[in-house]
Amino acid sequence: MPLGPMFLGLGRTGVVFLAALAVAAVAVPVLNLAVPPQSAWHVPTTTVVLFGKYLCYALLALSIDLVWGYCGILSLGHGAFFALGGYAIGMHLMREIGSRGVYGNPELPDFMVFLNWKELPWYWYGFDHLWFAVLMVLLVPGLLAFVFGAFAFRSRVTGVYLSIITQAMTFALMLAFFRNDMGFGGNNGLTDFKDVLGIDLQKDSTRAGLFALSALALGAGFLVCRAIVSSKLGKVLVAVRDAESRTRFIGYRVEHYKLFVFTVSAMMAGVAGALYVPQVGIINPSEFAPANSIEAVIWVAVGGRGTLVGAALGAVVVNIGKSWFTGALPELWLFALGGLFVFVTLFLPKGLLGVLRPRAAKPAPALDDEPAVRVSEQRAAE
Amino acid sequence: MSFWTNARRAVLAVSVLLALQAAALADVNTIRARVEALATADFAAKEAIVSELAAMGDATAVPALRAFGDGDLQLRKSDGKVVIAVRDGKLYRASDPITGEDLGEVDRKLLDKIRVNNNLRRAVRAAIGSLTLLSKDPGVRRQAAESVLKSRDPGAIDTLDEAIAAETVPAIRRLLEQAKAAAVLQTDRPEAEKLAAVRVIAERGDQEAKDILAAVAASAEGDVKTAAAKAIALIEQTLAMWAAVQNVWYGLSLGSVLLLAAIGLAITFGVMGVINMAHGEMVMIGAYVTFMVQELIRTSAPWLFDVSLVIALPLAFLTAGAVGVAIERGIIRWLYGRPLETLLATWGLSLILQQAVRSLFGPTNREVGAPSWMSGAFDLGGLTLTYGRVWIIVFAIAVFALLVVVLKRTAFGLQMRAVTQNRRMASSMGIRTTWVDALTFGLGSGVAGVAGVALSQIDNVSPNLGQSYIIDSFMVVVFGGVGNLWGTLVGALTLGVVNKFLEPYAGAVLGKILVLVFIILFIQKRPRGMFALKGRAVES
Repeated sequence: MPLGPMFLGLGRTGVVFLAALAVAAVAVPVLNLAVPPQSAWHVPTTTVVLFGKYLCYALLALSIDLVWGYCGILSLGHGAFFALGGYAIGMHLMREIGSRGVYGNPELPDFMVFLNWKELPWYWYGFDHLWFAVLMVLLVPGLLAFVFGAFAFRSRVTGVYLSIITQAMTFALMLAFFRNDMGFGGNNGLTDFKDVLGIDLQKDSTRAGLFALSALALGAGFLVCRAIVSSKLGKVLVAVRDAESRTRFIGYRVEHYKLFVFTVSAMMAGVAGALYVPQVGIINPSEFAPANSIEAVIWVAVGGRGTLVGAALGAVVVNIGKSWFTGALPELWLFALGGLFVFVTLFLPKGLLGVLRPRAAKPAPALDDEPAVRVSEQRAAE
Repeated sequence: MSFWTNARRAVLAVSVLLALQAAALADVNTIRARVEALATADFAAKEAIVSELAAMGDATAVPALRAFGDGDLQLRKSDGKVVIAVRDGKLYRASDPITGEDLGEVDRKLLDKIRVNNNLRRAVRAAIGSLTLLSKDPGVRRQAAESVLKSRDPGAIDTLDEAIAAETVPAIRRLLEQAKAAAVLQTDRPEAEKLAAVRVIAERGDQEAKDILAAVAASAEGDVKTAAAKAIALIEQTLAMWAAVQNVWYGLSLGSVLLLAAIGLAITFGVMGVINMAHGEMVMIGAYVTFMVQELIRTSAPWLFDVSLVIALPLAFLTAGAVGVAIERGIIRWLYGRPLETLLATWGLSLILQQAVRSLFGPTNREVGAPSWMSGAFDLGGLTLTYGRVWIIVFAIAVFALLVVVLKRTAFGLQMRAVTQNRRMASSMGIRTTWVDALTFGLGSGVAGVAGVALSQIDNVSPNLGQSYIIDSFMVVVFGGVGNLWGTLVGALTLGVVNKFLEPYAGAVLGKILVLVFIILFIQKRPRGMFALKGRAVES
């Protein structure tokens, strides 16, 4: 099959993945809307919403895999970018409510009326327009990642230190968004959305449309990642992952590569959040919780990091498991999730995709600066 | 022999007690008779009775006198008994003037008010003042002086003079003098006397003194006004200083909590380089061990309650330490050299431990009591220190000192440092590195368990206890410098103090956010913390 290698070096897995996404994007809405509910082929709306959510998670996992699997940056704060994207679109959806809120104030969202705010804070300006909100979905997480990364990578904060400060970042943001004075609804966050572009969010067709949009976004995200990792830049990223110091000594500006990929990844996470919020109908500060970000990392590990397709697969599989567990055996879910963390790191270093595809195209990625360490150890031994 | 002496002593004591009680009873009866007499006497006789009551020097008469002065002392027509009757809705609520015993509700028509005039009121006030200010009980005197200080009643000056002359306790005498000064400032006495009074009040140097002087500065003129203003400025300085000291204290207190939570991590992360995300759960295990020890003591040996924490300490250390060794043997040793995987695996472990505790003990907070020696508070200068906090600071320092000694002065500590610095060479020297790894991890976990015993005193013992500390602990260790216990100490205390100093300006949450942002920026500047290890060990 010549198509694969020609097109961004997608490989068979990539083509299958994209094809499956395309089929789902068309088939699920059709089966939901066109097939009558009594038919065995009908897909209920709850399932559509559920899987729409999984696709957003998959996009988030993809963005984490891009930085972790290919560049060795373990971010424990990607949930922050996801939530920021969600807040950006949530702000637009709040503006769309207009005077239909509980207090019927055409100027201010309900929570601001409740808190006796007199006028709209400046940072809410512009969110009346969808194009502006969409722009912010990309810009806000991107900018945060750019500034944060610029500082961190320039001063060569790496490995677990980076993981810990990304975690501190999302924790600080969570505390900040919990404050009512921030003007983002505090504890309750943003909710009670009515419609987008005048289309009712509760309607089946809207939900099916959002599902298709999520599938499209996931596909597009996959292609972007693929384009990055199969380019020359992608090779440098892998070099950074495997031997950062060596790459730097060869003459590459390591921090620039890292910064680029970190920012792109944050924007993808933002898009995932933006698609997630209209489907679940709420965004609140608990999305920033460090635990959420770590959970997203385990999706990638389960699926197999450094494979992209595996990350998306892992997100969907783990979340199907979560939905089933929390419904059937709620008290056992944390045991299962915790066990998964331990099991995957100990016994499945290549993830599910590594099991399904034993002769993977690429050798298992060495995570940390291991070759460099070995060299220095040899030196020390001599 | 000694039995008989003791017995005789006991008999003696009992008889003295009985005699005292009889005297007291006689007093109460006379007082009651005098109070009853008020009902029928004319104004002149009433004044005589009041001064007689004052002369008896027994504070039992004070409630009756106070009620008399306020016009609440009334005659119950049904039986001719004198009662204190206070309006309560449509009816009056009556109580005994001596014992304060509740006598039920009475209709207004059934009561006859014992009349009082201004002359009498003054006499009553003086009598109350002298009864309390001249009371035999130092506690009553202190209270009376404080209440005069608050009321700044010029009518009390004469009694105060008398009390000052008679007072033997220096602290109460000072209080009396301050009360007199406060009263003097309300009169139109000569300027010199007022200036002296301002000085006396200024010496007090607290909020109360500031209020008194502020009133003076607002009303007085000339030298007194300037002196008062100057004194206020001085007091404000003192108050600001005490506020700062208080903040430092709160900061140290928070810092010691952070130190306790982080110090185990300083070993597992700092010395071994293992990212243990389940560290917080070791703290939680320690807290639950405390809970179980107290539960056992409550049901089977209540008299041991005061030492429950002392019993819990070794148990918590052993339990958490054993769990730690198990984790190291079972999971972490397979992941050495892969820190990011260790992070994920231990995170999973923390979820399992949390859920296990939730299943065993339930999701709600469990009650852990404070032993008597940890409750209460004492004053130090302008500060109020609670014993609980003092003990936690002492405990944190003790744990820290003990760890430093273990690391620097014991064979185990030496082996531990050797393995950390050069595993292969240590192994060649005959050190069983795998054992050292397991024990080091056990030590770090055990210390976390010990921290849990202390933290059970100030935090909710719930399955989420550990999670609330994990990020803070990592911040402390990273800020202080990995692989350096002293760095952890300085880091914890600095972060605690900075946090508490930010709180008044920024609020608790924003203060915490600022600290987090500060640490994130700090790590950019010094990626290896305040006290970074230098040399070759850093590179690997």
